[in-house]
Amino acid sequence: MPSVAYGRQLDAIFVLSMWNWFFKLGSPPHFYRIATRLEPWLMGGALVLLVIGAYGGLAMAPPDYLQGDGFRIIYVHVPSAFLSMFAYSVMAVASAIGLIWRMKLAFCVAAASAPAGAAFTFLALCTGAIWGEPIWGTWWAWDPRLTAELVLLFLFLGYMLLRQAMPETRQADRASGILAVVGVVNLPIIHYSVEWWNSIHQGPSLMKLETPSIDGDMLWPLLVMIVAYQLLFIGILFTSIRTQILLRERNTRWISDLLS
Amino acid sequence: MAEIIHMGGYGSYVWSAFGLTFVVLLATVWLTKRSLQQTRNRLTRRLRSASATEASS
Amino acid sequence: MTPRQRRMAGVSVVVVGVAIAAVMVLQALQTNITYFFSPQQVVAGEVDVGQPFRLGGLVENGSFSRESGSLEARFIVTDNTQSKVTVAYSGVLPDLFKEGQGMVANGKLNEAGIFVADEVLAKHDENYMSPEVAKMLEEQGHPGGQTDTLAAEEGSAEAPGGS
Repeated sequence: MPSVAYGRQLDAIFVLSMWNWFFKLGSPPHFYRIATRLEPWLMGGALVLLVIGAYGGLAMAPPDYLQGDGFRIIYVHVPSAFLSMFAYSVMAVASAIGLIWRMKLAFCVAAASAPAGAAFTFLALCTGAIWGEPIWGTWWAWDPRLTAELVLLFLFLGYMLLRQAMPETRQADRASGILAVVGVVNLPIIHYSVEWWNSIHQGPSLMKLETPSIDGDMLWPLLVMIVAYQLLFIGILFTSIRTQILLRERNTRWISDLLS
Repeated sequence: MAEIIHMGGYGSYVWSAFGLTFVVLLATVWLTKRSLQQTRNRLTRRLRSASATEASS
Repeated sequence: MTPRQRRMAGVSVVVVGVAIAAVMVLQALQTNITYFFSPQQVVAGEVDVGQPFRLGGLVENGSFSRESGSLEARFIVTDNTQSKVTVAYSGVLPDLFKEGQGMVANGKLNEAGIFVADEVLAKHDENYMSPEVAKMLEEQGHPGGQTDTLAAEEGSAEAPGGS
């Protein structure tokens, strides 16, 4: 049947073009161009959603039956905590890809996600403290969840310090990559700490298989905020990856063409 | 309006959490952009001086 | 094995090794990681008199009393096994401290088996709802308050009195 053969040919072309697309995405000049083009859209989208989410969380969502308006801190606390773990996953997966496939761009992604990840972790800890002070009665407790999140901050900071301590990029990539991959065990500990041990921190309202244990009116601003944080993170990541690419490719032809 | 500022007595907590978040996120974006700009400037300068020495030799 | 496969194996071995080490360390530290003991554990004699520890559970409905003119409060902390521990505390209680709600207290047992607390924190669950919804649920017979987070510790996620 000629039409089937034709279809197969199309399939093959499609697969090849997808493969080509991935391959090109992995090439620094191509990624640099894409990141430059997408960045304003990501940042702009993040800003719009942040405004909508914050307005929804502060003004439109009803107060909680127990915590009153104090619960509104959730709209900055949960997205920060979620993104802190997301940023670490990106860093660890990119590091593993870099270590195994010796892919330059993967190490760029890993190195770029650390500062943003540290910022989100810092925010999760601080907003948690501000929330805990009036609601629990303490701003800090050596509780499994809180301690594991603090360890996450130290992992990000340790990763950045390690990179700084090593002047040679290849060496820094490998050493910090191993640290990132090893530290990944902390992620399930953070997530499941509230289930594995007695903890003052309540269980997850969102990140579970059942329906979220939070009302729809309160839920949508939270979801909007999480998407906004995601876009913001990818925006920051792209900017930071461009810096990494510039530094690593500084002696190549395309960089001199780009800069002159 | 006053209600939103007061937040049923939790005003200082809620607003400081949102304020801190805003400041830290803005600072992160700004520092990241500045670092890219600085790297670009440094490499551009290096490129210029390299081509200048090339031309003079 | 190609060099790439070798590196892949190396990365996997490191991750698995660290994970196993982490599990073992966490197992060894089990009780130290536990932020608080439940009334059941206390009643079972897992903590000694005079040893400082944290107690966590639900404040039993109708058990809270305070001597007039003093700050000394007394209440019973319970869990879904119906084990009860009496707590004595003088000081300021957090906003969220209520009968039927969760709490975590820092202190030690005295000779009479009363838990003398020097700090009381409130623990809430992961349910967030508007006062209207909470009221509606209560009218339907579902207590709006703390249900399963503390109780789940003993392996039963059923909300007590939820039916």
